[in-house]
Amino acid sequence: MAVDADEVRREGQPSIPGLGLLKGLTVTLKTMLRPAVTQRYPDVKPDLPARTRGVIALKEANCTVCYKCARECPDWCIYIDAHKETHEPAGGGKGRSAKVLDRFAIDYALCMYCGICVEVCPFDALFWSPEFEYAEYEVDELIHEKEKLEEWTYKVLPPPPLEDGAEPPAESSGSQSAGVPGVETAPPGAAAATVAATSVPGVRSVSPPETPAPAAPPAAAPAEAVAVSTPEAPALKAQPAPSTEHKEVSLDQETFDRVLAELLDKGTDRRVAEGQARRAAMIAARKKAEEG
Amino acid sequence: MIAQAGASFVNDLFNNFWVVLVIKAVLVLGFFLVAPLVVGYMEHKVLAHMQARLGPWYAGRFHGWAQLVADGVKFVQKEDVIPEAADRSVFSLAPAVVMIPYIVTVVVIPFSHTIYAENLDIGIFFVLAMSSVSVIGVLMAGWSSANKFSLIGALRAAAQLIAYELPLVLAAAAVVMQNGTLSLIGISESQSHVWNVAWQPIGFLIFLVASLAELTRPPFDMPVADSEIIFGAYTEYTGLKFAFFLLAEYGGIVVLSAVASVLYLGGYLGPPVVASLLPAPIWMAGKIGALSFFVIWLRATYPRLREDQLQRFSWLALVPLALLNVMVVAIVKIAVK
Repeated sequence: MAVDADEVRREGQPSIPGLGLLKGLTVTLKTMLRPAVTQRYPDVKPDLPARTRGVIALKEANCTVCYKCARECPDWCIYIDAHKETHEPAGGGKGRSAKVLDRFAIDYALCMYCGICVEVCPFDALFWSPEFEYAEYEVDELIHEKEKLEEWTYKVLPPPPLEDGAEPPAESSGSQSAGVPGVETAPPGAAAATVAATSVPGVRSVSPPETPAPAAPPAAAPAEAVAVSTPEAPALKAQPAPSTEHKEVSLDQETFDRVLAELLDKGTDRRVAEGQARRAAMIAARKKAEEG
Repeated sequence: MIAQAGASFVNDLFNNFWVVLVIKAVLVLGFFLVAPLVVGYMEHKVLAHMQARLGPWYAGRFHGWAQLVADGVKFVQKEDVIPEAADRSVFSLAPAVVMIPYIVTVVVIPFSHTIYAENLDIGIFFVLAMSSVSVIGVLMAGWSSANKFSLIGALRAAAQLIAYELPLVLAAAAVVMQNGTLSLIGISESQSHVWNVAWQPIGFLIFLVASLAELTRPPFDMPVADSEIIFGAYTEYTGLKFAFFLLAEYGGIVVLSAVASVLYLGGYLGPPVVASLLPAPIWMAGKIGALSFFVIWLRATYPRLREDQLQRFSWLALVPLALLNVMVVAIVKIAVK
């Protein structure tokens, strides 16, 4: 706004007396006619960006009780209790052991929102959630337990689409990364361009990335991986068996070529175009697999 | 040439002198209590939107229309603090001295050729005389507060009044010379063909600027410059007395907008061609509203003038210009005759 007056001076126009005063009046008048920027917060919730760092949420099913978050936390505000369970395999042999999470709590009176726990979590169990309304009347009540942390994951949004010119994410070659919890609630179309976000709903696997098999393999393979790594996770039990939902698919080459050509025609950068085309191809392939 | 004003509508309804007096007093007071609130609310909202804000929102449920009513209730509840060293009687009297002149001025403001309280032959003289009384109240407030900021503010207000009263009166005098009457109704009626602003645009600007300074409105609000003297003469005031000062300020905006519309914008007469579309009081209210909006608009736009700039502007720019204006009008008037 003040730039206008500066521009006049820079352009060296002959200054008419009072012109600056009139310009000032038009600035305020124009501002008045534009909508106000005020956020009517308690009445209207703010429209926060997808990456908002509101609070740290826990996807319990993804947690393997590795304690990395608790150890890296500079404030020591993460409390984790767990015990070990051993299961005899049905066919005999050595028992399989698993860690079971009993308590996961974050003391938000101590937390300084550095996000190191989210960074170090190897299995995408911790997320930044846009939720920010968790004030309490007592400091003690700011220690939030895992049930509350789980609720906050429901508000995690899928990551925003990649910017033009951005490098496609490393895990974008069609492999599944661990599920982003927000994907379950978000409409499929809103899911972002990163392929990471398109992991199959229902699979809360901690399985290592798999390269896509040429043909749809039997669904049992990833399901088994889940079963091995977190055999007794309670949340997992509640879920319908993932194996029935999951179908491994490979890129739908036809869609890939078509979308890529369209985007390149539009002048999109090749890397971005490839990423987006790959995503479209994966979605198309998955749809086909579901139908067929 | 000068159209005769009809009798006031109150006189038409009642014969008894005392009944008429009471009704007129109530109407004038009612106008003075309502119109400033409307302008005050407009200031809240316009200022907010000019700063890309929303302004009051909750009071009264619809766009905060009752915000100033709520403010009034709050002011009534506040403790009435009088500083220990203050001159108590003068301190308490000052808000009334500031406010009453503006109430009295409303008496002569016409809303049509029959809707007015009193049609004084010396209307404009009365208005200008009354509006300069209120600065005595400001001086009283500043002196009796026993506070250096109050005193500085009051003296600035007095110096400003002396500086800007002159161009104000000279601008009004040029209008009076042109229209040949001091009565506000007479001045309005004689603009039925062409508004005075067409003949005396410079006079109009001088009058507007000078009234802004009289009201110590931004950008001429040096007497209440909050960054250096807190709130000038009103620093020590609380509660209802402080509210009276605010009411006087907004009442002053209404009164001087009304006088400016009468002097230059045809008063209650609409623009010549479309005048019959709306009744006269609506035209008058619309003009008061438009000028009040302009006053608020200036506040949102311009920074405060420094004290020396303010004095220099009046004595070296406005006063000579106003004198020139009077001279030109006088010469044209005689030449045309």
